[in-house]
Amino acid sequence: MTTLTNNLDIRAFLDQDQKKDLLRLLTAGSVDDGKSTLIGRLMFDSKMIYEDQLAALERDSKRVGHAGEDIDYALLLDGLKAEREQGITIDVAYRYFSTAKRKFIIADTPGHEQYTRNMITGGSTANLAIILIDATKGVITQTRRHTFLVSLLGIKHVVLAVNKMDLVDFSQKIFDDICSDYKKFVTQLDIPDVNFIPLSALKGDNVVELSPKMPWYHGKSMLEFLEAVHVSSDRNYDDFRFPVQYVLRPDRDFRGFAGQVASGIVKPGDSIMALPSRKTSKVKAIPGYDGDQEQAFPPQSVTLVLEDEIDISRGEMLVNPDNLPRMERHFEAMLVWMDEEPMDISTQFFLKQTTNTTRARIDMIRHKVDVNTLEKSEVKNLTLNEIGRAVLTTAKPLFFDPYKKNKNTGSFVLIHPVTNNTVAVGMILDKLDSKNLPSRITDVEKETIRKGKSLISAESREKRFNQKGMTLWFTGLHGSGKNELAFSLEKKLFDDGATVVLLDGSSVRPGLSRELDFSPADRAENLRRVAHICKILNDQGIITICSFISRNNSIRGQVSEIIGQDKFHLFFMDASLEYCRNNKPELYKKADKGETENLPGADLEFEKPAHANLVFNPEENELNLDRISDYLEKNKIFPLK
Amino acid sequence: MKEYSLTNLRELEAEAIHIIREVAAEFENPVMLYSIGKDSSVMVRLAEKAFYPGKVPFPLMHIDSKWKFREMIEFRDNYAKEKGWDLIVHYNKKGFESGIGPFSHGSKVHTDVMKTQALLEGLSKYKFDAAFGGARRDEEKSRAKERIFSFRDKFHQWDPKNQRPELWNIYNARVHKGESIRVFPLSNWTELDIWQYIRLEEIPIVPLYFSKERPIVEMDGNLIMADDDRMPKELVEKAQMRKVRFRTLGCYPLTGAVESEADTIEKIVEEMMTVTVSERTTRVIDFDQEASMEQKKREGYF
Repeated sequence: MTTLTNNLDIRAFLDQDQKKDLLRLLTAGSVDDGKSTLIGRLMFDSKMIYEDQLAALERDSKRVGHAGEDIDYALLLDGLKAEREQGITIDVAYRYFSTAKRKFIIADTPGHEQYTRNMITGGSTANLAIILIDATKGVITQTRRHTFLVSLLGIKHVVLAVNKMDLVDFSQKIFDDICSDYKKFVTQLDIPDVNFIPLSALKGDNVVELSPKMPWYHGKSMLEFLEAVHVSSDRNYDDFRFPVQYVLRPDRDFRGFAGQVASGIVKPGDSIMALPSRKTSKVKAIPGYDGDQEQAFPPQSVTLVLEDEIDISRGEMLVNPDNLPRMERHFEAMLVWMDEEPMDISTQFFLKQTTNTTRARIDMIRHKVDVNTLEKSEVKNLTLNEIGRAVLTTAKPLFFDPYKKNKNTGSFVLIHPVTNNTVAVGMILDKLDSKNLPSRITDVEKETIRKGKSLISAESREKRFNQKGMTLWFTGLHGSGKNELAFSLEKKLFDDGATVVLLDGSSVRPGLSRELDFSPADRAENLRRVAHICKILNDQGIITICSFISRNNSIRGQVSEIIGQDKFHLFFMDASLEYCRNNKPELYKKADKGETENLPGADLEFEKPAHANLVFNPEENELNLDRISDYLEKNKIFPLK
Repeated sequence: MKEYSLTNLRELEAEAIHIIREVAAEFENPVMLYSIGKDSSVMVRLAEKAFYPGKVPFPLMHIDSKWKFREMIEFRDNYAKEKGWDLIVHYNKKGFESGIGPFSHGSKVHTDVMKTQALLEGLSKYKFDAAFGGARRDEEKSRAKERIFSFRDKFHQWDPKNQRPELWNIYNARVHKGESIRVFPLSNWTELDIWQYIRLEEIPIVPLYFSKERPIVEMDGNLIMADDDRMPKELVEKAQMRKVRFRTLGCYPLTGAVESEADTIEKIVEEMMTVTVSERTTRVIDFDQEASMEQKKREGYF
């Protein structure tokens, strides 16, 4: 099939050869499954192993070979010296071979659990995965692990290679049983195309040519299958996404946006929108070294020239104005932890997605997935080779599609800000809307920072101010009347001689938190800052009165953690939504019309506090003030004497 | 869908251009190492394509061991001039002045001083934070495991056990001061791909790749060309005219020729597809020690 005869016209051969396409494949399996032997044979039999490599191989086999007198195909593959001595491959290695129909790139990855990260690395660009099974062992834990990782990576084609059929007398029954076992398992996962091939890599049965020893098998040999499988339609040609990689400005007249088409097709004349500016224009031309192109599609690297002069820089994205990606700073992803050092959730990572790099934090790990059993469990962080569903927040918005729909815009890596290592990789999910994702107040005690020692004791402050520095935190819906009560309280306490500071949205939003928006993630960040101000002021003996919606127990709990539970007093203004809407109708009306979003009580849920120190009815302002006074006196907050 | 599928060569081209642009965008001071060989020629063409109609926004650097074939240097100077490249030629001055050479000092010392050290010296001198190399993963076993963005510590060393995960087309370009990245845009190309691309794109290459009558001396089974008068007289005297070509180019005393009739790209490919010796075996340096290329890479040689 691939043999070159000497009298073949070389020009015709090259012209034909130039047209063949490329298949990237991943192989997964352990040393014992005969994976290296299978790859070695595929390469050997497609005539790409040169004779001197064979000669070198025979020499090596005598020293460290494991296959007795036969040629050890596996030795062709295990490259690095240290590994050769250990007898295992320890990293991803890339192999190349070619037939008359296709060129193949094999990412050869080890099967050992410790090296999940290598399989993830090797498989990210693969169109297809070969999963090796030892026919004498059947579907084992490792098979399930490999299959799960393949589905996680979104590889659409799987071939289950049932190897060592020679050791089970080429039994159809054993093969069928393995297939049905595997099918039961694989239906839980999202892999559209699953195939089964019985073979013997060592003896060469069904590897390149169909074997007479398994007449009951009517499918293709491994190589025939690999040559025929159709993969180009796996790419996304629907949603035009063009991450701008480099702006070309060789002279004043030319401005081109260089990049690789992530998905979709673009032609001169097409309307485009630039994100995040949302400015629109049309594609004027797709110029290149070899002349103008009539269209561009993935994965071409091209340069687009637009009709209008729009300011666009690297990290921004050109898209179809009628088909926009998601634009969020708060999203969920499957994270695979790749670093020896476990995840430290307080780290502000660099996140690189397409050509865009921004700061990111991990809000929480929703659960960890056991790669062997697919069972989910709650964890606080991830360690090497662990996989979890995580919520993240970025400093700049990302333009993305869910990974399942678009690998190129749905994938990212996390880079550690100190070591610069790529510590995790992520595949974006779109199961939940950004506003329904939990947020985390990023805060960890920085024990390394030494506290300045004040010469004034807490007792002296109490004596001077005649009060204890505490935080009185008002929670409640927009329009509930919590602000009115808070301001009345401030006046009353001031008149009675207390030293108080009031904080609310109108005092922190314009300055301290001016870059934050009203998304759940930014609301959490805003409250984190407020909580720290409270802590500082309370430590100096000052009473703080805070009036913030603070919409759920989780956020309020996190605020009280920062301030100190003994200093945090939660007051809840329990007004009905109807009361709030009547009281402050403007914002709610806007939310109804969709002109504003992220308003608790409207499109965001408001959770009543489980344990408030005081609960108020908004219509009883006078009474409420008295109740607070009593509370402060009884709890020895103010006045002390 | 056929309309939207790319051939192998065009897909490799797209990948390489993406890599080259990524480096230009993310690094402060990248350089493209230019060895004058066929892979370098392909790599430079890809760089020209990546920034067309602009100029390549980084310099090229040739590490001159001072023992290259004369035809290579001639080709380099003419081609660089014609294309208007920003070309830096660097050599190890100390080594050159103390007369280091393969005939007097052997291949190991010569390679170490005039290639590895010269390279490291050149990279440090200009403070490059990224250096493109034309290496392919199919050339040699240890390269098969190397990333496209290959991290080097401040001693330019590669640690095969501690490589950054590299996924999709997202490359981590972050380094601390003094550290650097070697970038291999041709990682996924095979020798056949290179020849096919040279043919398709009509890329000029050094004539030494094509068969011609050349003065050849046999040394330890290698066919070495008597390229200049630094070859010891007793060897030059043994030279015979033989029809040979070179499958790889390097220092002339260390690069073995093969007997060949192939004087066109088509004939070269035909010969390659049926030949019995793989490419790197004509480079003498690889045989110095077991797994020698891996050792050299760890020390900073490509």
